Amino acid sequence: METMTFRHTTKGPLAGTKPQAITGVVASGNLEVLLERVLPPDQCTIEIATPVVGYGDVWEAVAADFVARAQPGGLRIAINDGGARPDTVSLRLLQGARLMETGR
Amino acid sequence: MTDWRRQRTARDARIAAGRAHADGKVVAAADVVDLLEAVLRPGDRVCLEGDNQKQADCLARGLSACDPDKVHGLHMVQSGIVLPEHLDVFETGIAKRLDYSYSGPQGARIAKMLYGGQIELGAVHTYLELFARYFIDLTPNVALIAGVSADRAGNLYTGPNTEDTPTVVEATAFKNGVVIAQVNQIVETVPRVDIPGDRIDFVVEADTPFYVEPLFTRDPAAVTETQILMAMMAIKGIYAEYGIRRLNHGIGFGTAAIELLLPTYGERLGLKGRIATNWALNPHPTLIPAIEAGWVEQVHCFGSEVGMDRYIAARPDIFFTGADGSLRSNRAFCQTAGLYACDLFIGSTLQIDLMGHSSTVTTNRVAGFGGAPNMGSDPHGRRHPSDTWMKAGREAQQTGDPALMRGRKLVVQLVETFGDGLVPAFVEHLDALELARTIGLELAPVMVYADDVTHIVTEEGIANLLLCRNADEREQAIRGVAGYTEVGRGRDKAKVEHLRARGIVRRPEDLGIEPLDADRSLLAAKSIKDLVHTSGGLYEPPARFRNW
Repeated sequence: METMTFRHTTKGPLAGTKPQAITGVVASGNLEVLLERVLPPDQCTIEIATPVVGYGDVWEAVAADFVARAQPGGLRIAINDGGARPDTVSLRLLQGARLMETGR
Repeated sequence: MTDWRRQRTARDARIAAGRAHADGKVVAAADVVDLLEAVLRPGDRVCLEGDNQKQADCLARGLSACDPDKVHGLHMVQSGIVLPEHLDVFETGIAKRLDYSYSGPQGARIAKMLYGGQIELGAVHTYLELFARYFIDLTPNVALIAGVSADRAGNLYTGPNTEDTPTVVEATAFKNGVVIAQVNQIVETVPRVDIPGDRIDFVVEADTPFYVEPLFTRDPAAVTETQILMAMMAIKGIYAEYGIRRLNHGIGFGTAAIELLLPTYGERLGLKGRIATNWALNPHPTLIPAIEAGWVEQVHCFGSEVGMDRYIAARPDIFFTGADGSLRSNRAFCQTAGLYACDLFIGSTLQIDLMGHSSTVTTNRVAGFGGAPNMGSDPHGRRHPSDTWMKAGREAQQTGDPALMRGRKLVVQLVETFGDGLVPAFVEHLDALELARTIGLELAPVMVYADDVTHIVTEEGIANLLLCRNADEREQAIRGVAGYTEVGRGRDKAKVEHLRARGIVRRPEDLGIEPLDADRSLLAAKSIKDLVHTSGGLYEPPARFRNW
């Protein structure tokens, strides 16, 4: 098991008021993402727990691209990974951010 | 004086020798080895019908059981290397040389035998190309084919899997060759005549029905959200924009996802009747929801698919069927249709390089490509316009007289950036080049060449290669959709953003695609059971897909 945390500054807060959302499942090749609106509006942290060791630089790139794309200010995001591919992680993060924005 | 009838005389002698083991044209399964040893001559060119799906397995077992002292040095010219017996004959010396198209399940063994020198390889062809050579320089002396039933005169009913049979028989029977058919049963009257009896010399009643591979069944339950996202991008960013009505799909899960999204996502976009109406396609079970929702006008098939026969027979407005009601497929005609009458080919691959060359050959597997290199190519002999073809031509046109502009076929690679086990689909150099060096192939086994590819779709976005104006733009466009692979992470971010501004690279958000919609609830069928239900119980999936 490997854990890592990435902290980012955003241009502003993510739209919407939904306080919390969860998406995905911890299954092989999948992941669970918990999003909580608990940080200052220009901050975002992404905490990752993954059973697959040695892909820190890929996680860092996925997290940075997601923050640049979604500007998820105010969110603390926790990822429970089940060995998902980077594209699945990316899609799930975007889906999580949309859930927080739209309140769906 | 020149003897102009040597081949005919030799043919008559072969048939006379074979008749000793036959009752008229009919041969018992137990006498197959004797028949083959009587008819075959050392060094013969032999087509042992191994198609994409249908296999002349009884005759294959017979051939591999022949005495190598009597039958040896054969040159096998067949589209599919599918059964173990297809390669066993090379181990015993019965066969020596091979020209083929596709070897999916035997890909690893064929690579080993090529490397070990047990097989002299001619070439790995596309189907249409091998069929063409049957009539020019690879004409079979003997064809061993498969059908469902025959009468005692040899009239042959192939059933829905007609596939390669008419082509093989045409080339053999009309050029002094001998045609031997295995059938599941001998009947008084065949349901329809797919091959007239005067082209069939011997009929073997096989001990078991011929084997058919369910190659085109994709379980909707295994379609992922990533594949759904890619399918949404293909539909909105390519099918809708170019108004693609005439098309061919590959066999992967990505294209299955597109088929399953037509009645849902496609409907929502108002595309019914405007895209995906006319198909060159095997009868994919995943197309059932689109057919039932009235999306599809007609489908011509290369072969059939296990379990689809009753459904097809009940939908003659959609499929090509005979007077008996069952499907009539034909690989040669359908490949021609895919080449000349379709505006789009979309399929998957295992590796794409920085220029866009792609291959499914890896260092230890020589799978062959079947029809993909044919359908995935821009036919320079095409002379009929369509809006789709002309639009692609305008995008590709860089210089020259606009009055002389020709269109372009759309050739789309639909690939996830990582395959099974985190193996990257984007690479600096294709494994196929390394393999070609290792086993000494003159021509590297490339499936689709870069200059034929027009678009690459991944979960990260669409790269439109038609709009790239130089090699650097092309490389960055490919890197720009290569995700988190080494190739993708090696991109020049500023250049990719510039390409994005010009619409050469497009992200889901550029296309107005909502990631939350990339959900399995968007699939028109979520399981094989749903497909059975949607077909009104007409689709009968093989046992291995009945998982409920």
